Amino acid sequence: MDFEKAAFYFFALILVLAALRVITARNPVHSALSLVLAFFTAAALWLLLEAEFLAIALVLVYVGAVMVLFLFVVMMLDINLDRLREGYWDYLVPALVVAGVMVLEMAVILGGRYFSLAQMPKPPAADPDYSNTRALGEVLYTEYVYAFEIAAVILLVAIVAAIGLTLRKRKDNKYQVPSRQISARRANRVRLVSMPSDKGDSGAAS
Amino acid sequence: MEWLADMIGTPAAVTLWTLAKIVAIVIVVTLCVAYLTLAERKVIGYMQLRLGPNRVGPKGLFQPFADVLKLLVKEVIVPTGANKFLFITAPVLSLMPALAAWAVVPFTDGAVVSNIDAGILYVLAITSMGVYGVIVAGWASNSKYAFLGAMRSAAQIVAYEIAMGFALVCVLMMSGSLNLSVIVDAQRTDLGVLGWNLIPLFPMFVVYFISAVAETNRAPFDVAEGESEIVAGFHVEYSGTAFAVFFLAEYANMILVSALAALMFLGGWLSPVPGLPDGFPWFAAKIAFLLFCFLWFRATFPRYRYDQIMRLGWKVFIPLTIVWLLLIGILMRMSWWPW
Repeated sequence: MDFEKAAFYFFALILVLAALRVITARNPVHSALSLVLAFFTAAALWLLLEAEFLAIALVLVYVGAVMVLFLFVVMMLDINLDRLREGYWDYLVPALVVAGVMVLEMAVILGGRYFSLAQMPKPPAADPDYSNTRALGEVLYTEYVYAFEIAAVILLVAIVAAIGLTLRKRKDNKYQVPSRQISARRANRVRLVSMPSDKGDSGAAS
Repeated sequence: MEWLADMIGTPAAVTLWTLAKIVAIVIVVTLCVAYLTLAERKVIGYMQLRLGPNRVGPKGLFQPFADVLKLLVKEVIVPTGANKFLFITAPVLSLMPALAAWAVVPFTDGAVVSNIDAGILYVLAITSMGVYGVIVAGWASNSKYAFLGAMRSAAQIVAYEIAMGFALVCVLMMSGSLNLSVIVDAQRTDLGVLGWNLIPLFPMFVVYFISAVAETNRAPFDVAEGESEIVAGFHVEYSGTAFAVFFLAEYANMILVSALAALMFLGGWLSPVPGLPDGFPWFAAKIAFLLFCFLWFRATFPRYRYDQIMRLGWKVFIPLTIVWLLLIGILMRMSWWPW
């Protein structure tokens, strides 16, 4: 077994174990941290496939940003585990159906006529000058520029909609206006008063 | 290295050689951290008309070793109700990114552990994981103060990472590469300091450096520690070695972000004056100056209020970086570029 294969099985094992921990861990925070580990090992697997841009983007976006916010929310919520486990048996049948469909889809893709391992030989190794990032950028901003821009607009709409749905203006909120705070001068706030010192009483106490 | 390859074969020799480089970097970074703590106490001492530590060794030069020894022999206390595994893992999680990111930092022309093509992306991805140490520490401590510190830190780091990322996008537009060595080479002109990215990207340098101060949880952005409000924030329950590792991570991160700022905006190992030879001393001097700025800020500015930090990150820095990105793009497209 060469090094690449050994590395693949090592990361794949961790990935599967971490993914299992996500759904079996009792504590939601442990589940979220296992998901972080799963993302990270998935990125390592992508690195083995010479997709370094996607691998690093996966760590940067999912591990570095999305999961941080996710963890933030999971830690803040006081999740009642017993409530969460209610209705386990009711959901079991639909979940099994969904899982069966997913397994079937994977089988069709991996075992089918068009995408089986025999049809998809290993791509030739890229030459050392090849830059994954540059290649991706060139395709994304030329051939697929409309799809890219449409995706960007959809995301923008999603951001605006998310804010619109959750924004609640309270009437009794107190706001600070930073420009007014900055423009405050000493003369507006402080008045220095010159007081004559009381000379007549000096030495009386001593 | 060749004699080693002859002796034990090429793959083993490459592995050993890389390991040796890693160990060398870790030792040097750790020593730098030790003396950075001393420098911090001395510099802030002089700024406040004090002498700073001067008892251990000549002029207090052995003070860091005394501190380390003290921290190592102290007991590590695990609070009741804390999650033991995560409590011990958290300091390691915060130190790992601070050291791993050095893999792609070139010290001078060609002196880099791994000259990978996506260097900046790697650094961004690895450093973005540092926040887990803080969050996990805050949660696993089972303490309200620690938890509040973790929440503050998470919000702050997410806010400033975006501005930092946009500032770096400007840098890579200027140099057309994600590789840190190429970014430094792109700043090489006959004009010395005038060719650096600092001049056309000065607002981005300011945004990057302030974001770096915020990302490393240093004063005036140290609300995650906030001694006066939440005691010591996320590491309030830590003692002994575990605390020392957090401390090490914070200072290693400071050195790292200073090195990155020096590479991307201040021309790395290039000399500021045309005619003088380039080399590692320039790089070290630039890092030292930026680190001095960190200490200077700490001695000068009062701590930001939490809502002011959020406002600065989201409402000031991010719009500013987007506008500057557009401006640089237009200038490059129209070939109105003086550089």
